[in-house]
Amino acid sequence: MLSIMDLCTPLSHEVLMLRAGDRVTLSGTVYTARDEAHLRMMEDGIPFDPHGAVIYHCGPVIQGQKVIAAGPTTSARLNSLSGFLLEKGVRALVGKGGMGRQVADQLKGRGVYLAFTGGCAALAASRMTLKGVFFEDLGMAEAVWVIELDRLPLVVGIDAAGNDIFEGVHRNAQAEFKKRFSQKKEAPA
Amino acid sequence: MIPSPDPALLAAITRATCEAFRQAEITLPPDVKQAILTAKEHETSDIARGELENILANLEMAGALSVPICQDTGVPVVYLTIPPHVPLNNGIYHAIAEGVRTASREIPLRPNVVDPLTRENTGDNTGAGMPAVHVRPGDRLTITVLPKGAGAENMSRIAMMLPSERGQIPKFVAETMLIAGGKPCPPVILGVGIGGTFDGAAALAKEALLEPIDTMTPYEKELLAAVNALGIGPMGVGGRTTALAVKVKAAGCHTASLPVAVNVQCWACRRATVEVPC
Repeated sequence: MLSIMDLCTPLSHEVLMLRAGDRVTLSGTVYTARDEAHLRMMEDGIPFDPHGAVIYHCGPVIQGQKVIAAGPTTSARLNSLSGFLLEKGVRALVGKGGMGRQVADQLKGRGVYLAFTGGCAALAASRMTLKGVFFEDLGMAEAVWVIELDRLPLVVGIDAAGNDIFEGVHRNAQAEFKKRFSQKKEAPA
Repeated sequence: MIPSPDPALLAAITRATCEAFRQAEITLPPDVKQAILTAKEHETSDIARGELENILANLEMAGALSVPICQDTGVPVVYLTIPPHVPLNNGIYHAIAEGVRTASREIPLRPNVVDPLTRENTGDNTGAGMPAVHVRPGDRLTITVLPKGAGAENMSRIAMMLPSERGQIPKFVAETMLIAGGKPCPPVILGVGIGGTFDGAAALAKEALLEPIDTMTPYEKELLAAVNALGIGPMGVGGRTTALAVKVKAAGCHTASLPVAVNVQCWACRRATVEVPC
């Protein structure tokens, strides 16, 4: 059994040591951001210190000052919107489903993509404290919520060397599909 | 002239609809939970097992806190059976919609229903044709809900296959999952509708998701094996369980047609039935 590394924000060079497939926990501050928040930050600037920061792809359900449900959203929607964050010092992106080659290249030598289990909104919320909000005018799902995490269990999906577990799984699935369903012509007797 | 149902009955339908959503959103049916547990026991990859452990811990937490399992609380899909002595009219549809509004406010549910073109959110999970209500005659008045999240619904597919291609159905089903990858939050349940008409096959595929998953026919097991051979695994991280089950529903079709629909359901297969005494 591999030991699980406990990460704490702000993140630094320690993320460069992580390898795709490692299980980690994350504590400290994360900033939620989906499509609209990324577009706003590109336009108006990042409203928090991006050095060592963590972005969480999530549109939570918030009631009063409480996080009710906050599972991850599909990260691939943000594939073409994440480069500027990494250039400004963001060290980790958290979401579900992986992010593809472009982001894997942008993460090289800089940071990691951490996968959280899709649908686990209650588990996530039980380890969260709401600290603040930016861009609240974007609405509940799209605003940037500042959330304090207590040991959220994650998997390194893409490491800082460009290894991507989702890419490998997809390649294998394609090969298996081809093997199983390619048309086999019967040789004439 | 069709008599209007008794106002007390309509109020009971509203309450029952809300209660069915509360049950479905917070607690998974025992057969689905058991299938996730079994998948965890059979999983050989540490990463995949970790994903399934998170899912099981999440189910415990949702129950303990009485909050929805997932923040995507879905769009409201409702199946209604009504007994012979209850007249079906708009009052019943309105009562169900009112139950959806109450559930959205009280559980609470994320407001997900928007106009398809303006994308304006109605704020209460109702809208034109929403909730989607399907009615059947029955002995009792029952309300079954199937809140459907977008991540899995978006990966669903339909094909008008040729009658000569019926051997290709497993390929179409497996290909649906190959394209979907980790996006629909596997381990999934696949509802497969075969036959009927273009729209009928899709309706069958969704109804198949109402079936208990603790039994499968040999054909369903064959489809399941083809999907799980892909090795996509929980959340697309690789593993033995890509799908928990495949359920098939069939209907007669035109001799020149073979409609096949696959409705993808994430692991949060939320369904619940509440009976209304009448």
